[in-house]
Amino acid sequence: MPIAAIAILAVVTFAFRLAGPVFRTRVTISTQAQDFMTAVAAVLLVAVAVTSALTQGHDFGGWARTAGVAAGGLLAVRRAPFPVVVVTAALVTALLRLAGVA
Amino acid sequence: MSPSRRTTVRDIILVCAADAILSVSYGATSVAGGLPPWVPIVMSLIVFSGGAQIAATSIVLAGGNPFAAIAAGALLNTRLLPYGFTVADVTGGSWFKRLAGAHLTTDEAVAFALRQDSPERRRYAFWTCGVALYVSWNVATVAGTVAGTMMNNTGTFGLDATFPAMMLALALPAITRRRVAAAAGTGALAAVALTPVLPVGLPVLASLGGLAWLRRGRSR
Repeated sequence: MPIAAIAILAVVTFAFRLAGPVFRTRVTISTQAQDFMTAVAAVLLVAVAVTSALTQGHDFGGWARTAGVAAGGLLAVRRAPFPVVVVTAALVTALLRLAGVA
Repeated sequence: MSPSRRTTVRDIILVCAADAILSVSYGATSVAGGLPPWVPIVMSLIVFSGGAQIAATSIVLAGGNPFAAIAAGALLNTRLLPYGFTVADVTGGSWFKRLAGAHLTTDEAVAFALRQDSPERRRYAFWTCGVALYVSWNVATVAGTVAGTMMNNTGTFGLDATFPAMMLALALPAITRRRVAAAAGTGALAAVALTPVLPVGLPVLASLGGLAWLRRGRSR
């Protein structure tokens, strides 16, 4: 990842953060708009999660990773603690690969 | 120290510990995936936003265009915009305080600030959480990169499964309504369906089409 890309992401992120303290007396943001931005974040996170779980480049990424992420995701839905979710995902994937599943 | 302040500090420590685990995994997976250690370390310092860092790094590691990675990370962080307005009363003051307060604005610090009833307590909660989280997050990323260099085969350890699992765990608390769940589901399906035909990274942005579910709700 080039340093320029990181810098751009950092500047844009900082601009979002700074807008409130600078413009707060002139602008108000509705609850509806807030809910919408939270939904944008949720939709993007799920999309990045699902595509990076299932695909590699333009193709299917293999069953081992898919199964590992599915196991971790299921635990996350059941409100398992974060470390349990992450370790389970890695462990299931590693064990399946050890067993010869791609 | 009043009891409620003690509770706040205890809760902040717990949140910092949970985020440190996320940050260690982020640093380790980035390095094990082939990125030089300075990439996650610099990102933690200047982007300081877990979801965006992980999403952007995932896209880059999958071979995606850096601009798609920036776009995904930036769109994820639009939620920081309303946060800035919500906590503007505690990040006000001198320019240095405003700039520092802005950089320390995260889901966690805002959540802690909103839970307090007096302005003085809000300020205390926001700054304590902000500073503690910034320090622990960055130290943990460095620790993760050290661990990652020791595990130089992502596949064997199943580390490629950790980023998607982390992102699911981060997204779930925000999916409180059925329409948001429908939007996320549809968006993910669209992104996967478009993966074979679009350049890597772009299908993720197409997922935003799923937000049409929310529009339907509003017009009714």
